[in-house]
Amino acid sequence: MASGINNLLDWLLSSWLLSGLGWSIPSDSAVGYVVAALIHIVLILNLVAVGALVFIWLERKISGRIQDRLGPTRVGGKFGWLQTLADGLKLITKEDLMPDGADGFLFKIAPYVSFAASIAAFIAIPFAGGPYPWIAQHLNTGVFFVVAVLGLEVFGVILAGYSSASKWSLFGAMREAAQVVSYEVPLGMCAVVPVLIAGSMDMVVIGNQQAGLFTNWFIFHDPATFITFWVYFTCATASVNRAPFDLAEAESELVAGFHTEYSGLRWSFFFMAEYGSMLSVSILASVLFLGAWNGPIPIASILGLTYENGELTGYLGNLIGLTNVLLKGVVGVCVMIWIRWTLPRLRIDQVMATCLKYCTPIAAVMFLGAVLWQYNLPGRTFFGLLPAPAAMFAVDEGWDAPRAASVEPARPAVVDVREGREAELWEASPTPKQLEGPNWLEVERGIGVGDASHSKSASHTHNQHFASQGRRD
Amino acid sequence: MEQIYWPSVFFLIFGGLACAFSLAVLLSTNIVRMAFYLVLALAATAGLFFLAGQEFVGAMQLLIYVGGTLVLLIFGVMLTSQERFVNMKTPAGDWVLGMIAGGALLSLLTAAAFSVPEWRSPERAAVEKLQAEPNATPIGMGLLGARVDKIDAPTSEQAGRSGYLFPFEIVSVHLLVVLIGAAYLARAKRRANPLPTG
Repeated sequence: MASGINNLLDWLLSSWLLSGLGWSIPSDSAVGYVVAALIHIVLILNLVAVGALVFIWLERKISGRIQDRLGPTRVGGKFGWLQTLADGLKLITKEDLMPDGADGFLFKIAPYVSFAASIAAFIAIPFAGGPYPWIAQHLNTGVFFVVAVLGLEVFGVILAGYSSASKWSLFGAMREAAQVVSYEVPLGMCAVVPVLIAGSMDMVVIGNQQAGLFTNWFIFHDPATFITFWVYFTCATASVNRAPFDLAEAESELVAGFHTEYSGLRWSFFFMAEYGSMLSVSILASVLFLGAWNGPIPIASILGLTYENGELTGYLGNLIGLTNVLLKGVVGVCVMIWIRWTLPRLRIDQVMATCLKYCTPIAAVMFLGAVLWQYNLPGRTFFGLLPAPAAMFAVDEGWDAPRAASVEPARPAVVDVREGREAELWEASPTPKQLEGPNWLEVERGIGVGDASHSKSASHTHNQHFASQGRRD
Repeated sequence: MEQIYWPSVFFLIFGGLACAFSLAVLLSTNIVRMAFYLVLALAATAGLFFLAGQEFVGAMQLLIYVGGTLVLLIFGVMLTSQERFVNMKTPAGDWVLGMIAGGALLSLLTAAAFSVPEWRSPERAAVEKLQAEPNATPIGMGLLGARVDKIDAPTSEQAGRSGYLFPFEIVSVHLLVVLIGAAYLARAKRRANPLPTG
């Protein structure tokens, strides 16, 4: 028994904690596998649960300030910080009600479906980058996975509305489903723009490419991405069903929408799912546009907290990255709360018009704009085009150098696209020279180095190019 | 514990879940529950894709089937279902017919699964050497007409050229036609003789 526990601790340390330090994982160890998975689950669950705890309190405080009220003050002394705990206790002790005509099984399982979908998005979200990212499951198509999973939450909502045997629930669920499904279109189109610039759907790669000063963030990459970010945030607010797009729970007409008939803990599961989704879309926004785990000033690399200077310093640098990601996520949630208590609710036709008449065309045009920018000014950012002093500030070598060295992508498949637009495909992909014919030469000219006038970046990519060829041969 | 090959275990779990929920789709009589079980079966299939290292296809499965088609399906049920369609009872004759058709298909597929040599399960040592490769790029290249997995083909016609550009274009044009047709059918009809106003 004792040796079993000993082994377990051994695997625990070796399989997860130490892999954060960059040490190797014994990959075929059964216990380590399970324990690592459990630790990831516990961390993510707690992120969502504790996040909801804080956000509910925050929402009440912010709304109190905005509407010139105090918000919670009675419970927990200063700032009423125990308010959510008291709320939680109250919700747990409430009776678990179910309408007579409800479909019992679906009614009971619907909150969990919503909550599971909300949590599943966090599987692929990175919390720190660099060569050893902190991420539960490093997916090659992370952005796509997160966008796909975020769309699943609506399923629980539909089930809840349908199985409640209540017309308010049904109408609320149908409104919300229509809204979420339509807003997925512009949301996906906005998420494509950073993917296009980064040349990868891997969120770790996308984040690593934004290292350095805040001028390297994709929101400042070009005017198109700047507009795309605001469209993305609008669509994200709508797709997590927050005001001003929360018509599905309009209390004057629908009482509370799809969760009219829910009470107690099941009701609170819906709200945990909502706050979890708010956090995940905010973190996704920060990864795609706002530099992910890179602060406005690269403190970690200035202080030398990278993996080149040892594993412990790299670990500390990742901690700073984690702080950055969570801060940006919380700021995004705060902005959503602020919007909710500031703007009036839209009518359903206005909600749909915002999506179909404004967000979708703008996102499409911005996609085109980003493509044109990448084609005409390969590897140049907006700040990189500014006149001399500002441009020097933007691509300062002292801050650029550690980036180039330390931020080797975790998988060798994708080369930093912004330095010369070289999208080296994957290891076994055809190097253009191996295929005869004029088309492939054009492909090389299109994807490849392009012009030699960019002396620094061109030589860089040439080296990469030959290196990859050497690997193949 | 060292002898357990965990991918096999997870394959069995996800495969079993997919089979069980498919059976549940068959056996339940409530049409909304059927849709719910279908979602779970399709999600378990997505799990199989993730297990095989094909994350793009798995996410596609989640986005299209679970998030798109099924939501649409339930929407249709909610909008159209009348009392007698919500609970469906299958007559005994239909059961027999379905058993015959399904059994025939199952026997055929089982025979096919065991007769194709490439589908036999390889040795564990060979499997453990395999490394899942980044997989969205070859799919995209294939849709643009370049098969990156066929570079070593003998002739340059076959080398990387036998992609799926043509079917991809046909499908996309077809979908566009369907979309325009749907918009045409669903447009607000103008009255032939507008009522005089004022």
